[in-house]
Amino acid sequence: MLSNLKIVLHQGKQYIASPTTVEVPGIFRGRPVISTQKVDETKLVEMCPTDAISSHPLCIDLGKCTFCGACARLFPDKISFTKEYKMATNDRERLIIKEGEDQAIEVNPDTVRKEIHRVFGHSLKLRQISAGGDNSCELELNAANNVQFDMSRYGIDFVASPRHADGIVITGPITQNMAEAVQICYDAVPDPKIIVLVGTDAISGGVFEGSPAIDRSFLDKYPVDLYIPGNPAHPLTIINGLLDLTRKKR
Amino acid sequence: MNYISIRNNQTLRIKEIPESAYLSFMDMNVGLVSGFTDRHCVNYFGVEEGNFVKLICCIADDATHEIMVSSCKVQKGQSLASFSKEMYCFERFEREIHENFGLNYPDHPWLKPVRYPADRSDKMQTMQNYPFYTIASEEVHEVGVGPIHAGIIEPGHFRFICNGEKILHLEIQLGYQHRGVENLFLAKKKLLQRTTLSENIAGDTVVGHSVAFAHVWESLCGVDVSRDIAFSRTVALELERMAIHIGDLSAICTDIAYQLGSSVFGRLRTPIVNFLQEWGGSRLAKGLIRPGSNPFPFTPALAERLKKVLDLLEPDYNEMCEKLFDLPSALSRFERTGVVSNEDAIAIGAVGMAARMTSLSRDIRSSHPYCLYPELAHVPILKHHGDVYSRVQIRRREVLQSMEYIRKLLTEVPIQSPQTEMKMTLQPDSFCLSLVEGWRGEICHCALTDANGELMHYKIKDPSFHNWMALALAVRNNEISDFPICNKSFNLSYSGHDL
Repeated sequence: MLSNLKIVLHQGKQYIASPTTVEVPGIFRGRPVISTQKVDETKLVEMCPTDAISSHPLCIDLGKCTFCGACARLFPDKISFTKEYKMATNDRERLIIKEGEDQAIEVNPDTVRKEIHRVFGHSLKLRQISAGGDNSCELELNAANNVQFDMSRYGIDFVASPRHADGIVITGPITQNMAEAVQICYDAVPDPKIIVLVGTDAISGGVFEGSPAIDRSFLDKYPVDLYIPGNPAHPLTIINGLLDLTRKKR
Repeated sequence: MNYISIRNNQTLRIKEIPESAYLSFMDMNVGLVSGFTDRHCVNYFGVEEGNFVKLICCIADDATHEIMVSSCKVQKGQSLASFSKEMYCFERFEREIHENFGLNYPDHPWLKPVRYPADRSDKMQTMQNYPFYTIASEEVHEVGVGPIHAGIIEPGHFRFICNGEKILHLEIQLGYQHRGVENLFLAKKKLLQRTTLSENIAGDTVVGHSVAFAHVWESLCGVDVSRDIAFSRTVALELERMAIHIGDLSAICTDIAYQLGSSVFGRLRTPIVNFLQEWGGSRLAKGLIRPGSNPFPFTPALAERLKKVLDLLEPDYNEMCEKLFDLPSALSRFERTGVVSNEDAIAIGAVGMAARMTSLSRDIRSSHPYCLYPELAHVPILKHHGDVYSRVQIRRREVLQSMEYIRKLLTEVPIQSPQTEMKMTLQPDSFCLSLVEGWRGEICHCALTDANGELMHYKIKDPSFHNWMALALAVRNNEISDFPICNKSFNLSYSGHDL
């Protein structure tokens, strides 16, 4: 008994008091900023492993970016990654960062479906589906519910059965071999339901884009409610994204 | 003998690999492993050559630190005698060759599909029409689990045949995670794309797989890296081992419903992954390892920081371990649960923790050392019972061992070599094999280049490729309610297996 108390004492208070404003330690590659400086754009566009960078005007698509930071190392005056972890949005276009732009990426409450605030504003249960995910986003989704990030304090939890869920969270580029399971799982979730894509692989296919083993046709059929970028997405990006989607008032 | 002996990370000309007729190729390779516990097959795969398939077999000898490579050319669609009939450890390699190239092994014990790749030779075989193994009896029932599991984990299907609560047989069906990684290595031509791919093979073994790729690439380009790069890689490998092992201890506590252990080990993992972020900007070390360069040098300031992180972590970690290993309710769940015998581990060619839990000493850090491991003179931690308890104990001690190694390394942080843009060109017509001990076990990457010095074939083997069979054997005669801790105590990779 005493030893238990000692462990609890040493554990102390671990939770992050304010996951919406806390600063992440060390270096972190969050939302990038592109300056208006002139550089060799062809070289910059060429170097990106996932074709996330395009020119005229120069922009980075965070839905494709693997956050490897190679562009910022080669062109430090042109591109820098800020420590801003809030990067989730319901608008796919918002993930495209343009030259000279330094604005927060946010959920646009005007385009969030009406029932989402009303039905999921205080409690959200999600069913996660790994569809070719490499277990990195899966680890970070698990971390979002550890004693430090403690997402369940907001009533947001992951559940085992799609029947108990309010929506699905997809990680991975969606493989051919998982396509049927994704559909069955989605169909089993009662209406109204949401679709959340976590990680670059899920949003665009990432580095797996173009592989014949991938089948992303599921995403052509249904609207996506939230894009959470990252490779993998940081737990704070995940938590803030889900809070923004379900609670942010216009 | 018709093979060539090479060292870990050595490049040789493809034509230097001796070629034999199939039957002598088979007799030789089976003969090399049978009866020698310090030898095992690290990779056996086919390379397409028009209407032919070139089979390349790599047997590692832990005693001599050499890898014996041999080859054989066979026609597509040909029927061959199987290695597996003699030595079971080849069974998954042969199934893979069968699935990819349509070679038939009529005497193979169970020639079932491995992962249903998009370019498999027989498109009529699908996941939907796979006939699972059944036992015709009114006494038994079947339980199907997955591909989607209860927690936030990767997909795979488990088909149990049970008698009451007791598992008689478990069949593991994988392939759901197949993304075509090996083909993408050829399709994507830029080095950064390939490096990114290597980081995405298994997101829990980012350092392990990206170091293996870097070693292959550097060796094929004839580049020697400086000490500071080898230093960074060694530290990163050990940090990854610590982070995942501690996370696994947390998950194992969750599976036996021990809340305190689950939450304490869960938070103890965080300072390690956060340190990786402070160092390289990613909690899982993506972007940290690059062939031929060191984008995030390990500075003396980082060394001071890491020392503090370890000093803070160690007492709390030990305190929690002592509690857990003193708890009768926990020990009764661990001991004699999910046992794999030493004989079985040898037969299936188990690697990493799944070998070391049954006193089978397989650890690339000591048998085929790389980076700074020769200086660390690593001694593998062995346990003898092959049960959940052995696997948990290995994790407990390996975390402390990694901590010791890192502290030893931190006493002398090498000076940064100047960052020069190295020109890296692959040597033509070459073959390279790299072995790295990831936290799960032995990772093997092989690459072949063509006459133009372009990548012609890339072969990845995650330790899970061997060890899934260990899980299937471990659960036999256990209660089905113990499946979660058996599974978690192995913590095998789905994406690393499915590629």
